[in-house]
Amino acid sequence: MLSGSILPLILAVMLAPLMQAVITRTKSVMAGRVGQPLLQPYWDLLKLLRKGAVYSNTTTWIFQMGPAVGLASVILAMALVPFGGLSAPFAFSGDFVLIAYLMGLGRFFTVLAALDTGSSFEGMGASREVTFSALAEPALFLGLAALARQTGLLSLSPVLAAISTVTWMHAAPILSLTLAGLIIVFLAENARIPVDDPTTHLELTMIHEVMVLDHSGPDFAMIQYGAALKMWLFAAIIIGVAAPWHLGNRLIDLGAALGAMLVLGIAAGIIESSMARLRLLRVPQLLLVAIVLSALALAL
Amino acid sequence: MSQLINSILILLVLTGFMLLSSSRLAACIRAIAIQGVLLGILAIAVQGRQLSMAGVLLPLSSAMVKGFVLPWMLLRAMREADTVREVEPLISYNLSIIAGTAALGLSLWLGHRLQLSSQLASSLLVPAAFFTSLVGMIVIASRRKALTQVLGYLALENGVYAFGAAVALRLPILVELGILLDVFVGVFVMGIAIFHISREFNHIDADKLQALTDRL
Repeated sequence: MLSGSILPLILAVMLAPLMQAVITRTKSVMAGRVGQPLLQPYWDLLKLLRKGAVYSNTTTWIFQMGPAVGLASVILAMALVPFGGLSAPFAFSGDFVLIAYLMGLGRFFTVLAALDTGSSFEGMGASREVTFSALAEPALFLGLAALARQTGLLSLSPVLAAISTVTWMHAAPILSLTLAGLIIVFLAENARIPVDDPTTHLELTMIHEVMVLDHSGPDFAMIQYGAALKMWLFAAIIIGVAAPWHLGNRLIDLGAALGAMLVLGIAAGIIESSMARLRLLRVPQLLLVAIVLSALALAL
Repeated sequence: MSQLINSILILLVLTGFMLLSSSRLAACIRAIAIQGVLLGILAIAVQGRQLSMAGVLLPLSSAMVKGFVLPWMLLRAMREADTVREVEPLISYNLSIIAGTAALGLSLWLGHRLQLSSQLASSLLVPAAFFTSLVGMIVIASRRKALTQVLGYLALENGVYAFGAAVALRLPILVELGILLDVFVGVFVMGIAIFHISREFNHIDADKLQALTDRL
């Protein structure tokens, strides 16, 4: 079933931390600061990899496995996601179900690792993470199903290849609804504002960061890198719907997709600087709205 | 053209959800205002190429009244009644959204079931109209304040108007003007009533109005 090109995977592996850097830089500029260098996430990863890991006595092998499974599952899922007109390395009928559940597997092990520490603080984060992802998942599925129904195809690479400016001409309402739902899922799954604040470390309001507090050194590097890849994965799907330029020239298509990723990163940065975090009680409502948008797109 | 109509109808459905999910009264009033303007555009759009003077002016005046005059009156009533700006629903916002989704499913099903004699501009017209009316009913049933009941009534009316735009391309001018006047006067009276209720009882909580009986 090997089809398409390995290039989307390579680009994701190389450039994923850069996208986070773009968001951070946008936030800095919006706040009137200079901001850290664009390559800072890479240096952070290198620094973490050189350090040793500390393991608490209460933890078991699950705690050490969590980050590895998390990273591996996200890389596997990435192998199914096309980018910039290039088909993914692997594509088969129904592959987006596998994508969703590979991410579910990664999340499951992150949550288990958090519970394994025995810290009530991390248990709280784990509980929040599963609550919100249980609501984000239907939104993602319904959104992808709407795309599949619109194009009549069941695999992510052909679906995104089938969406073009012509599709936008005759199905703009459906595609924009799907897109709005997917963007909310993007913000929720990647623990960004308005769902979660990736920069807080000492507040009782955080979700993702609190689960990974006890990880250190290479383990934490894997978690950070996995988070960057996950963001790239969702962004690639969104870009595939929002910027479907297939001009034929591979280089131009790829450049356009990379440019669109940059725009999405800047947009996410602007959203984060201009919005406050939602109250925790209001987050399910936002995710319900995402479900409704996707369901509406599917029903039309 | 059908792209435009479909987009308007989807926006109509989304404003319905906005009405169900916002916690602020002002945001709910804004949702109703947007619905009014959308319906004006819709009524012009469904006529396609056979536009007439009356066919443009009537929807425009209706959009003016529903999109600007009524919201202004409601905002004023809200300010003068000095009410809490939160909606305070009887059921949670999440449950409201779920009820809205159920209503949407029901309207889509009904829209497919109904056999209409006339050709419609879009297959979405009937479901969207049903949905808007159902949202109005949900809002009337599940909200506590007198002001939100007015909003529910307006949403109900908007649904009926959308249905009218769908099946009867040409209503007699007099009928349309009459309906518009009815709504206008209705909201006008309700605005005054809300003001007086709040002055008399210091709140506009419809739940507590059951004490208003003759037996006292």
